[in-house]
Amino acid sequence: MKEETSQKPKLKLAVYWGAACGGCCVSVLDVHEKLLDVIAAADLVFWPIALDIKYKDVEAMPDKYIDVTLFNGAVRNSENEHIAKLLRQKSKVLVAYGSCAHMGGIPGLANFTTKEAIFKRVYEESESTVNPDKIFPQTHFDVDEGTLELPTFYNDVRSLNQVVDVDYYLPGCPPQSERLLEVFTLIATGAPLPPAGSVVGASEKTQCDECKRTKTENKKVKRFYRPIDIKDDGVTCFLEQGVICMGPSTRAGCGVRCIVGNAPCRGCYGPSEAASDPGAKMLSAIATMIDSNNEKEIEKVVETIDDPAGTFYRFSLPSSIIRRTIV
Amino acid sequence: MEFNPTIVAFLCNWCSYTGADLAGTSRMKYKPNVRVIRVMCSGRVDPTFVYKSFREGADGVLICGCHPGDCHYQEGNYKCLRRFKLMKKYITQMGIEPARLHLEWISASEGKQFAELIDSMTARIKELGPSKIKTVVETLAI
Ligand code: FES
Repeated sequence: MKEETSQKPKLKLAVYWGAACGGCCVSVLDVHEKLLDVIAAADLVFWPIALDIKYKDVEAMPDKYIDVTLFNGAVRNSENEHIAKLLRQKSKVLVAYGSCAHMGGIPGLANFTTKEAIFKRVYEESESTVNPDKIFPQTHFDVDEGTLELPTFYNDVRSLNQVVDVDYYLPGCPPQSERLLEVFTLIATGAPLPPAGSVVGASEKTQCDECKRTKTENKKVKRFYRPIDIKDDGVTCFLEQGVICMGPSTRAGCGVRCIVGNAPCRGCYGPSEAASDPGAKMLSAIATMIDSNNEKEIEKVVETIDDPAGTFYRFSLPSSIIRRTIV
Repeated sequence: MEFNPTIVAFLCNWCSYTGADLAGTSRMKYKPNVRVIRVMCSGRVDPTFVYKSFREGADGVLICGCHPGDCHYQEGNYKCLRRFKLMKKYITQMGIEPARLHLEWISASEGKQFAELIDSMTARIKELGPSKIKTVVETLAI
């Protein structure tokens, strides 16, 4: 075993987080003892959450030095953007890892508001803020020792492919660790890789294709409910009970985990096919289910859908066609 | 300079497009602000058609289909109506004035109604002013 690996040069692997919660990095650790196999086949050359390797060390690497970079998190500020571009330059294969890098993710919901509104809330209005002098973060600040710098906070959140070219997308919030291992094994064994731009570690099918709940072909819904407003019977399709489930338009691959846990799918794996707008298909599907041809009745049912934008684009607002609120 | 809105109109082949054609062949005058796209049925109007029109600079989007009960494919216009209502709610959340999106039933014989509809919608959009969607999405991005 040892000899085999020493013959083949070890892969150089990097993991980075942009605007992320940290869950994606933890999901890499979630491969548990398999991490030892990963380390046997690959050297981790950069991974801020786990290793003390500085940006300047990455800057010093020759171009295309890193074999595979797993970039998680969205692009929210100038630091994220700088490192995204840097890692693109230094990596042979750049993978958008997880919903945020893939489609903007939960941080992307900030596109419902603006930088000004966020700063006002955080540095002025929040219940725990005491800031009588109204001090806001500055990108440059002079002190005796020199100039202190902070990254620029952008107005919009972007997905990774809105900033640099991405080779593969590994969806999920976070991606299932088994899927990561499969993809890693593929790369490590030198197996032929899918065409650039592909979604890997997920299936072409939808959540509904894999869901075991009982369902009928033509769903008819008289009113929609939020999950807390209804007692789920545990067996019937969520949509048929009037609870919005993103299953019909969401890619399978997670093992219908949420649904198995009796929670409707929230759509973190993204649309099941290349879609110019990640939420449009779901909006169409939900609207079609409304069980009425009468305008007034239809309006009543639509009223019961609380937050269409936040529901259909929960993980994908920045990569939608109208990618932010118009202000 | 006077604001001249651009309205993208999706007309179903069987009724509304024929109605618009009738307005033309009867030499009725109506505002030149509309850009007609023929679709087979109003039920064919995917939400992305609407979003893309806005994103690329349309000041208004109009969908026209057969009157209820008259759809060539039976149910298409009802599906369109349901989508339309939900889309309205969505675009309102996105900060787009709901009046920029309009749905109307126009039959093959309603050339006059079509001409009047274009005039009234043009007037309404003029009042709203130019749509900011394209500029905001393209300039506020960072
Ligand atoms: S064919 Fe006219 S609306 Fe369906």
